[in-house]
Amino acid sequence: MLRPRIIPCLLVQQSGLVKTQGFKDPKYVGDPINAVKIFNEKEADELIVLDIDATMLGREPDFDLIAKLAAECRMPLCYGGGVKTADQAARIVDMGVEKVAISAAAIANPALLSNMAAAVGRQSVVAVVDVRKKTGPFVKGYEVCTHNGKTVHKTDPIALAKQLQDAGAGEIVINSIDRDGFMQGYDLDLASQFRDVLKVPMTIMGGAGSLEHVGQLVSRLGVVGGAAGSLFVFKGKYRAVLINYPTPAQKIQLCRAALKI
Amino acid sequence: MIKLVDYGVGNIQAFMTLFKSMELDAQRAQAPQELEGATHLVLPGVGHFDHAMQQLNASGMRPMLEEMVTGKRVPVIGVCVGMQMLAAGSDEGSLPGLNWVPGRVRAFSGNALSANLPMPHMGWNNLQPSAGAKLFAEGFDEDPQFYFLHSYYFDAQDKADVAATAHYGFNFDAVVSRGHIHGVQCHPEKSHHWGAQLLKNFAES
Repeated sequence: MLRPRIIPCLLVQQSGLVKTQGFKDPKYVGDPINAVKIFNEKEADELIVLDIDATMLGREPDFDLIAKLAAECRMPLCYGGGVKTADQAARIVDMGVEKVAISAAAIANPALLSNMAAAVGRQSVVAVVDVRKKTGPFVKGYEVCTHNGKTVHKTDPIALAKQLQDAGAGEIVINSIDRDGFMQGYDLDLASQFRDVLKVPMTIMGGAGSLEHVGQLVSRLGVVGGAAGSLFVFKGKYRAVLINYPTPAQKIQLCRAALKI
Repeated sequence: MIKLVDYGVGNIQAFMTLFKSMELDAQRAQAPQELEGATHLVLPGVGHFDHAMQQLNASGMRPMLEEMVTGKRVPVIGVCVGMQMLAAGSDEGSLPGLNWVPGRVRAFSGNALSANLPMPHMGWNNLQPSAGAKLFAEGFDEDPQFYFLHSYYFDAQDKADVAATAHYGFNFDAVVSRGHIHGVQCHPEKSHHWGAQLLKNFAES
C-alpha cells in the first residue's frame, strides 16, 4: 500500500542551510549538500529544498546549487524558490530534480502552472500555499501570504489551493506560518479543510516537533506527506543542530499505528 | 558498459549518480553511434507519453535501439514513461509505442477502483514480485519499497510478463519482464537500496 511520506524540508539562504520560526529569525544550521548526504544515508522518503532568498531578492534560482543538490540527492527532490517561468522549471527538472515548487509566481498568475505542466508534466509541478491566521479583533479565518509572509493576498486559502490544483499543480503543499519552527504540532484543523476539497496529493508543513505529530497528521488526514524542518535538524530543548530522521522500523510503526493496519 | 538513452526526456543525471556510487560503468548516449558497445540499455522517461515518443523518434536513436533490442537482444530496462513506451500505445496520447512488450497504458482515473484516489499515485509503495522474476532474483528478502510518481499504468496483455504488481485501488502491473526486455513504473534511481539492488540485478542479467 501507499505509505505517508515523511519529508525533511531544508531552507536555503545565501547557500547555507537555515531554520526559521514563524518565517523569521533564520538560524544557520549547516551546509545543504552535507545535509543531503546524511538524508541519503538515512533513506529519507523525499526532500524539499526551498531557497527563501530568491523571490525576496527577485533573483533567478541558484542553478549551480540546484545541480549540486540534484547530483548528490538519491531520493526524490522537490526544489522551490524564485521559479517564475516554465523554462526555469524545465531546466531544473533536466538537472535531475523530480518536482519544482512554485508559490508567489503561481498565485500572481495561475496560468503559469499549466505552462509548467506542459513543459515538465503535471506530476512535477508543486504549488506551495503559505497560510497564516488572520489577526485582529472579531477577525477569523486564514489568509494566504507570499514573499516569506510579507505579502498578504485576499483570496480564500482553500479556494486558492483548488484553483492552483485545477490550473495544473500535481501536488499542493500547505505551510502554516504560525506553526513554523515552534514544534508544537501541525494545524490539523487547517490541513483537514484542504484534504476535503483537493484531489491531488498533499503535503502539510509547519509545526512538527515529534514523530507523534506526524502520526497525528496521518491519522487525521490519511496518506499525505508530513514535512518538517526543525524536527529533522534540531535535537533537544536547546535546539542543538543534529540532523536526524526516523529509522525504517519507526516509519512502519508510525504508519501502522496512524492508519490502524 | 551500461548506456543511458538520453533523448531529452527523463532523469539521466540520477542514474549516472547512482551507477557511479555502485561502481558500475555507465554513459549517456545522445546519438546512434553513442549506443554502440552497450551491454545494457536504460530507457528513462517522464511527462507526457506522446512527448516522450516524439522526442525518441526525433533523437535519431530509435532504429539503432530497435536493432539492438529486438535484433541483438541487448537487455533493456524502461523506467516510468520509459516503461510505458514499451507498450503498443497509451490512453494518454495517440502515438504508437515501441510495442516490445504486448500491452496498453491506461489511466488510473478510468478505473472505478482508483478513480477517487488522489492523483498522481505518488510516494512509496511496496512491490509484490512474481515468483522467479529476474529483477528480484537477489537481495529482496524483505518487503521492497519503491518510489512512484504517475497517473497512468502499464496493463500487460500477457500476464506471464508481469514481474511485480503494486496496489493503488487495485493491483496493477508495476514491473514487466519479457525475456531481456524489462520495464519498471517506479523509480529505482530514487528508491534507495531497493532501487540499487533492482538495477544491480538488471546489470547482472
